Amino acid sequence: MSTLTIDHVSRWFGNVVAVNDITMTIGPGVTGLLGPNGAGKSTLINMMGGFLAPSSGSVTLDGTTIWRQAGNYRHIGVVPEREAMYDFLTGREFVLANAELHGLGRAEAARALATVEMEHAQDRKISTYSKGMRQRVKMASALVHDPSVLLLDEPFNGMDPRQRMQLMELLRQMGDEGRTVLFSSHILEEVEQLASHIEVVVAGRHAASGDFRKIRRLMTDRPHRYLVRSDNDRALAGALIADPSTAGIEVDLAEGALRVQAVDFGRFTELLPRVARDHGIRLLTVSPSDESLESVFSYLVAA
Amino acid sequence: MSTTSPTAPAAPSGAPKASLFHPTVARLTYRALLGRRRALILFVLPALLVVLAVAVRVLAGADDSTAGGILGTFALGTMVPLIGVIAGTGAIGPEIDDGSVVYLLSKPVSRSTIIFTKLGVAIGVTVAFSALPVLLAGFLLNGNSQQMAVGYAVAAAVASVAYSALFLLFGTITRHAVVFGLVYALVWEALVGTLVPGAKTLSVQQWALAVGQKAAAEGAITSDVQLPLAIGLLVVLTAAATWYAARRLKALTLAGEE
Repeated sequence: MSTLTIDHVSRWFGNVVAVNDITMTIGPGVTGLLGPNGAGKSTLINMMGGFLAPSSGSVTLDGTTIWRQAGNYRHIGVVPEREAMYDFLTGREFVLANAELHGLGRAEAARALATVEMEHAQDRKISTYSKGMRQRVKMASALVHDPSVLLLDEPFNGMDPRQRMQLMELLRQMGDEGRTVLFSSHILEEVEQLASHIEVVVAGRHAASGDFRKIRRLMTDRPHRYLVRSDNDRALAGALIADPSTAGIEVDLAEGALRVQAVDFGRFTELLPRVARDHGIRLLTVSPSDESLESVFSYLVAA
Repeated sequence: MSTTSPTAPAAPSGAPKASLFHPTVARLTYRALLGRRRALILFVLPALLVVLAVAVRVLAGADDSTAGGILGTFALGTMVPLIGVIAGTGAIGPEIDDGSVVYLLSKPVSRSTIIFTKLGVAIGVTVAFSALPVLLAGFLLNGNSQQMAVGYAVAAAVASVAYSALFLLFGTITRHAVVFGLVYALVWEALVGTLVPGAKTLSVQQWALAVGQKAAAEGAITSDVQLPLAIGLLVVLTAAATWYAARRLKALTLAGEE
């Protein structure tokens, strides 16, 4: 059982602050590191993997500083986001090389390849692999020494749904066995399906932490904005504002539409079609105007 | 899918001991080095030297001064540093560039061990593709008269060591290691080092020639640097470059793609 501790960690590159005073503890089980692209997830994972020194603060594994301590790699397995991986080797040669670098041998390499179900293609050159196959061989290389900590940077990128499910199952199993598994993703649904614990990072800051229900609630219980067009905007506006789930309505003459701000997401989505039907109003357009992941996340940061 | 349960950290977390050689690192390095398109130059240049030697021998007959010219100018002055650039930078630069070095770095292997091993491979490749062809070309040119073939081959081998260390360092410092290496090899060594008197003291080629001078007959090979100074500078350069390359790799930062 291993615990990663990130204590008041910041990292800047020149004038750009990539990670801003983050404190979190990653324990056994599967943790999802969620955030939009460019939020600082890779920077954080690189610091946990010992590939980047924090500018301030400390990153430790069971009390041992990770940066510049190669001995830590006996317990850490890393699945990097980048594609490059000695493409001139076969999958088997690659995993065997990783095993040898840990002082292990063929048996461990074969076991790791079996774990990710890549035996059928192990004698093909990596350069011929699909993205999903590469991802699995990377997994095998990270698992070959049976690490207690597994760090994965955007592991589901480019995987098809079946491969995604397989990898999720595998990671879930690793978490259940008591390993500390941390993976990053910018897709809420991915994290929700897999992680028992979620850490949200936005614009370099630690935005939220908890189980997926808590994060989901934080993300849905926020003011939602909609752009609504109908054949009678003003009548619709009058009927909507009467309900407490609507916080404000603006008649946008230029757009020829209503801009509605709803406070109770669930109730509003039921209200709108009902009100329209009751008043004989035809809805022409209903579109969320701030549903981008970035706006959801920035709401979290502001909260 | 099945996994075994994680074992409690059995191995101690202590820092891995540095050693001079890791066979797996060496295997990955030489396969990467010889598998790349750039490696063609490793075969083309020595082949060119041998062809040139045969042509000169056939057309002009055995002549010590012609042999000295070809071995000194083309072989030592151009070919050896170029091969050093390919092997030295190629032993580590591309891995750092494309990020695959992460698979070496995320292991309980001392980073000094990685550098020592890569240096060993770079030296081996440079010697194989420069010193051996020089020896062969020397025999072809004048049948090792005045021990010239041996002298230049020794010089090429000595230069291989220093170039490998220097260009391996370039590979850990900059993404443009090949460009810097070529500028050094062609501008400094081939041009400044042979023409500007003061710069000759700071030329790997001249240091190597000073060593080669001893192996050849008296006066067959000349160098502008005295032997003790040459040996001292060769040792200092090789040791300092290797030490600094290991230091760079220990603190190598892999920035994310964000």
